Amino acid sequence: MVEESRESIAASLDVRPSEVIFTSGGTEADNLAIKGIFWARQSLDSNLNRVLASAIEHHAVLDPVEWLERHEGADVKWLDVDAWGRVDLAVVRQALATPGVALCSVMWANNEVGTIQDVATIAGLCADAGVPFHTDAVQAFGQIPLDLNLPGLAAVSLSGHKIGGPMGVGALIARRDLQMTPLAHGGGQEREVRSGTLDVPAIAGFAEAVRLGVIEREKHAAALETLRNSLIARVTELVPGATLSGDPTDRLPNNAHFTFAGCEGDALLMLLDAAGIHVSTGSACTSGVPEPSHVLLAMGVSEATARGSLRFSLGRTSTQSDIDRLAEVLPAVVERAGRAGVLSLARSTGS
Amino acid sequence: MRVVAALSGGVDSAVAAARLIDAGHDVVGVHLALAREAAVGGPGSRGCCSIEDSRDARRVADVLGIPYFVWDMSERFMEDVIDDFVAEYAAGRTPNPCVRCNERIKFAAVLERAQALGFDAVGTGHYARIETGARGAELHRSVDPEKDQSYVLAVINADQLAGALFPLGDSHKDEVRAEAKERGLLVADKPDSHDICFIPTGDTAAFLRKRLGPAEADIVDAESGEVLGHTDVAYALTIGQRRGLDLRRPALDGQPRYVVDVDLSTARVQVGPRSALAVTELVGDHVRWCGPVEDGEVHGHVQVRAHGEPVPATAVVRGDDVEVLMSEPIFGVAAGQTLVMYSGTRAVLSATIKLTAHD
Repeated sequence: MVEESRESIAASLDVRPSEVIFTSGGTEADNLAIKGIFWARQSLDSNLNRVLASAIEHHAVLDPVEWLERHEGADVKWLDVDAWGRVDLAVVRQALATPGVALCSVMWANNEVGTIQDVATIAGLCADAGVPFHTDAVQAFGQIPLDLNLPGLAAVSLSGHKIGGPMGVGALIARRDLQMTPLAHGGGQEREVRSGTLDVPAIAGFAEAVRLGVIEREKHAAALETLRNSLIARVTELVPGATLSGDPTDRLPNNAHFTFAGCEGDALLMLLDAAGIHVSTGSACTSGVPEPSHVLLAMGVSEATARGSLRFSLGRTSTQSDIDRLAEVLPAVVERAGRAGVLSLARSTGS
Repeated sequence: MRVVAALSGGVDSAVAAARLIDAGHDVVGVHLALAREAAVGGPGSRGCCSIEDSRDARRVADVLGIPYFVWDMSERFMEDVIDDFVAEYAAGRTPNPCVRCNERIKFAAVLERAQALGFDAVGTGHYARIETGARGAELHRSVDPEKDQSYVLAVINADQLAGALFPLGDSHKDEVRAEAKERGLLVADKPDSHDICFIPTGDTAAFLRKRLGPAEADIVDAESGEVLGHTDVAYALTIGQRRGLDLRRPALDGQPRYVVDVDLSTARVQVGPRSALAVTELVGDHVRWCGPVEDGEVHGHVQVRAHGEPVPATAVVRGDDVEVLMSEPIFGVAAGQTLVMYSGTRAVLSATIKLTAHD
């Protein structure tokens, strides 16, 4: 069953079955790629200690990179992004020109603002420099076409639940010649780099989700894009203080992300929730303390503005009437949150 | 009413929220994130918004079937409570951070925000009662004298009181625990929090030393002037303190010695017998009426610490100051402490102590 699933996934993604390494999800896939490649490169040549990663990575990449910096002596270069969240290719070229680069990681599409990166060019630059390139494609997979055979692409992280599959399963698609040091040691079930008994039912479900995701992607993406464009148009028209974040066109079809000047995201979230509309302020940490998004800050958004951000994610069950309902309640919600936002930031005047 | 139930992750706020729902209110659970970095303490750690507490608060909201949100009040808490706490100690006063938190955060920032978002009130698990008298809302002691928290709430004014709900004021703690268990709330047997929430180790001196650096001072006998010891955190010593002085020689009469004066400007801490701590008059500023304003003198009892004994007293308000005369002495009162005047069970006013005297 596991091998059939592996073959099915490989066929759907046009890669070889041996290149599919099952993991417990996107986070483990990212950790395996970042630490596994770094350690393998280090054992090859201890001078290879530079890690290049975009400043807008998901925490599943951000945190292992920071961990390598703190504990393993990695010299980290965060790759700058522009105001739309696109990695600056000139910065990538420059960074790759310095010696000692162990690996480079740039996510395919951003989970918060939806911006799609020029992965083909970055992978090509890495190939020219002889540097393994990893991309976290957890958000992009199922939304946009992915060519996993791009020259220079060494490893790609995928997650089951983001494509309608089971939670707790994912994969790292890793080129056959890519050397990685295992994170956890044991039975070596997955190509000797990933140990642990595999979750067979989850893997079977994951394989089916991948198969359907590839077949149906185009149809669903087109529908989502129409809805998303309608949402962006309505919000921009109805709320003067709303600014779309990220690339206006080269973005995930299911994502619309805004900042609302003078509002706090969690106030908007609360008021929309009361109106039956479920959105997200970004990514929450373990204790749920809303931190200003590192993605928005990297894009040059001020901390105050970053606090007033909301992400609208659309899914297969979203309809035009959902957009209409949002348009109906949003202006009053933003107005009310604006008042609370000002109050909450105001200093108390007591002695 | 639309009510924000402040959920700390403890048993009291959980039962308070449940009672607000039972009372027919439209309740939303809000956990206040007060520390920037969530404390990941060991077992028994009771730091503010530890990961355990926020998860417990979320589970309470789940079990009660109410929406749950986290409000980031960490900046305000840092400025209004923690920085204030440190500044007060640095100035030689002894603050109560729980009082400050109620005054500036829970019934100010949180209440204002809730009202701006369309809520009518904030409900908490405090042990105190709000009674409506002829002239409006009054703050009264809890029926459970062991748990009574009216002292730390007496800094909120009539308007704030009007937006507050304390559903536990008529209950004893053991009843609340039993009710939590009955309702299936897993926090039912969670231990009470006692320490200052942002100093989970309980070591205030170490916390202050980290923020303020060393402050060397001699510890001298108040009568003879003899140097008996030394401290490197003079600001952390409080009038009435006996423990942790590490004095080299016992007193001749064998009686314990207490801090009777801390003078940071001359780097001298004086110690003396308990009798030197007796105080019969207090002057406070920053007067707050927690409910209706009274004319003339207030006769009743004064209390100067959260679980201190109330002492018969008369208070006279003059402008922003209040003078309190006690008919019997109280011991170990430091500037910066909050005084609360009670009339029967009613907390009438509070003030920050700035001077003490013995007639």
